[in-house]
Amino acid sequence: MAAKFPDFLVTKLDWVANLGRANSLWPMPFATACCGIELMATASSRYDIARFGAEAMRFSPRQCDLMIVAGRVVMKMVPVMQRIWQQMPEPKWCISMGACASSGGVFDTYAVVQGIDRFIPVDVYVPGCPPRPEQLLRAVIDLQEKVRRTGTIDAREFADRKTYEGPANLARQIAPEDTMMVPGDFTTATRLRD
Amino acid sequence: MPLAPAAQYPIDADETPDHEYLYTLNFGPQHPATHTTLRLILTLDGETIVKAVPDIGYLHSGFEKLGEDLDYNQYVTIVDRMNYISPICNEIAWHHSVEKLMGLELTPRCKYIRTIIAELARISDHLLCVGAAALDLGGITAFLYAFNMREKIYNIFERMAGQRFHPSYTRVGGLMFDVDDGWVSLIRTFIKDEFPKAHTDVARLLNRNKIFIDRTKGVGVLTKEEAINRSASGPVARASGVVRDVRKEEPYLAYKDLDFQVICGTGGDCASRYLVRMGEMNESAKIISQAVENIPSGPINIDVEDKLTVPDKSSTYRSIEGLIQHFELFMWNRRWKPPVNECYGATEAPNGELGFYLVSDGDGKAYRAKTRPPSFIHFSLFPHLIEGHAIGDVPAVLGSLNIIAAELDR
Amino acid sequence: MTAWQTKLTETFGDACKFETFRDNIRCDVRTERFLEVMKNLRAQGFDLLLDVTGIDYLHYPKAADRYGVVYSLVNTESGERAYIKVRLNDPDPAVPSVYSIWKGCDWMERETYDMFGIVFEGHPDLRRILMPEEFTSFPLRKDYPLRGRGERHNFPTVLRSDG
Ligand code: SF4
Repeated sequence: MAAKFPDFLVTKLDWVANLGRANSLWPMPFATACCGIELMATASSRYDIARFGAEAMRFSPRQCDLMIVAGRVVMKMVPVMQRIWQQMPEPKWCISMGACASSGGVFDTYAVVQGIDRFIPVDVYVPGCPPRPEQLLRAVIDLQEKVRRTGTIDAREFADRKTYEGPANLARQIAPEDTMMVPGDFTTATRLRD
Repeated sequence: MPLAPAAQYPIDADETPDHEYLYTLNFGPQHPATHTTLRLILTLDGETIVKAVPDIGYLHSGFEKLGEDLDYNQYVTIVDRMNYISPICNEIAWHHSVEKLMGLELTPRCKYIRTIIAELARISDHLLCVGAAALDLGGITAFLYAFNMREKIYNIFERMAGQRFHPSYTRVGGLMFDVDDGWVSLIRTFIKDEFPKAHTDVARLLNRNKIFIDRTKGVGVLTKEEAINRSASGPVARASGVVRDVRKEEPYLAYKDLDFQVICGTGGDCASRYLVRMGEMNESAKIISQAVENIPSGPINIDVEDKLTVPDKSSTYRSIEGLIQHFELFMWNRRWKPPVNECYGATEAPNGELGFYLVSDGDGKAYRAKTRPPSFIHFSLFPHLIEGHAIGDVPAVLGSLNIIAAELDR
Repeated sequence: MTAWQTKLTETFGDACKFETFRDNIRCDVRTERFLEVMKNLRAQGFDLLLDVTGIDYLHYPKAADRYGVVYSLVNTESGERAYIKVRLNDPDPAVPSVYSIWKGCDWMERETYDMFGIVFEGHPDLRRILMPEEFTSFPLRKDYPLRGRGERHNFPTVLRSDG
């Protein structure tokens, strides 16, 4: 990435960069479903996300540094989401808004991905179906906190995240000899039922 | 070199040398003007759209499969998520069909409360639709006014059901719980003071706005014959002159007692769809102001003897009958015993006719719960409406059809 | 008996069987006569096709046929509704498309094809509409599990360091 800075300089530079990055997050609203309407509510006058410097919603991934995935992501949408994520320039963060994006929520069906963190890295999860706008604001504040705490000017902290961060896939941990294929979908369910 | 007009070429322009200058533009699935997740593949001749092929399914989440897995009360939380800008209308449509299947007659109080919330939801749906249409055409102020009003409606729903967005408020044969006086006075203030002001504000901003009118008038014209032949319903059909409203034709809930008019247009273009929506909001407000003064007293659920509604908490905990009934309804091998038959129940949702075709095999869950989703049908009109228009008209037409992706794809 | 019922009985005899439940009048039509019946109804003023519903009767009590397709029609003049049902069977469930009568059936038939694999003969563009093109099952059939067969998680993962 960037050239090597001497250590004493870097801390100050990190601080300056983090100040700028944290206070002007530009969200890319990847709004698919109902949570997207609450995202709009967060941006409109009553909750006013502009108070936290994150009002500049840009619909082009190339101008954003915060992806807010609001709503469920289904089979057909996963490649789109990954592509948008990869088009965003570094440094970038991701908020998974709502139960559906975080875990599939009420939609434990054949088409809905049970948590986007299986396919892209997520920084902040917001629970709720849909989360209240206050919760989303809280998530933005938390993310700002995270940026201030861990951010570095040459984005070293991201290069270290080389491992899969999503939920453990149950079938992956059990040796094939030990698995019994029960009727249903043992390999993919997030919860084992019946 | 001037280009030949697109109309001279056959619609399915493929890669023959003649049409090489036509180019393809991918629109969506993640695009601000679509609001939701839908994709259009447009074939363009300069700025003119020669052909539009919609590609949907980017939000298909298996609602109908879930409907076969959840029981009649549980599935209400899922239908909520269908048309997510007026969730309560979906709940009412769902339970309307279920009650029709089971042959239940609601209590008058329940009918009135359901009517009021359905109309409130209609207002909030149209507000968002109008606001978002204005936003796409460059008028952000109308959107902010509209959204402010939606917050007021959210407050009303929150007071009544505890959740502002997806209330899940209806139950088989009744409601989750009763409303209180504070709720009624919230509605009174909303209808008397807040809503008329916002409505006038939005109307003043848009009705005589040169840019808005220029971009919507004569755009996306749907004739009356086409509207019927292509299965349109609701405001989209009424803007084309089809006089059809399920609330009038087959009055359900309390619509029979209330005085309101069906708003129709004649233009069939985006402007008249906008005007029909604005007019319907006023009619809804009229319905609410009549209904809210006449809410009958009495129980909200049908008689406990019918063993069909969930007993309230106090009788569940304090009486043996209530406990048994609660048990009967919640044990997964008991629950309801509807007749083994099929039936379709329709309601007028803000977007058009929303109905459920229910097939029951006598179990506590539906065997098949097919939705008749208005957005799905209206979006299938889109290629027909947009052909020959400029690419800048896409947001105008999409905004006037009010496509909700979750209802489109289910 | 309403007027349209009488007329159908006169023209088609026992190819149409009627059944009434609540206010729904349902007409069971034999597949061979289906298109004629629909044309007849259109001529009688049923000009609005509201919905096409596919049903898989695999586990239905006492069902003789595997699939059913229900067409909901409305007469916009009189407000009458009619429900026309055809029954189909494996191995290749097929029914004539009504695209020539009601253009609105376009997407509804595509959806039914997508979800049940019922082929609408004569439909101009019968492709999958909601599921991805490469999907091989028909999800609303009763023998397809609610949680799918693992298709939903069959994608590569993007790691943070890949960004
Ligand atoms: S979490 Fe709830 S509100 Fe959000 S997209 Fe999912 S169902 Fe809709």
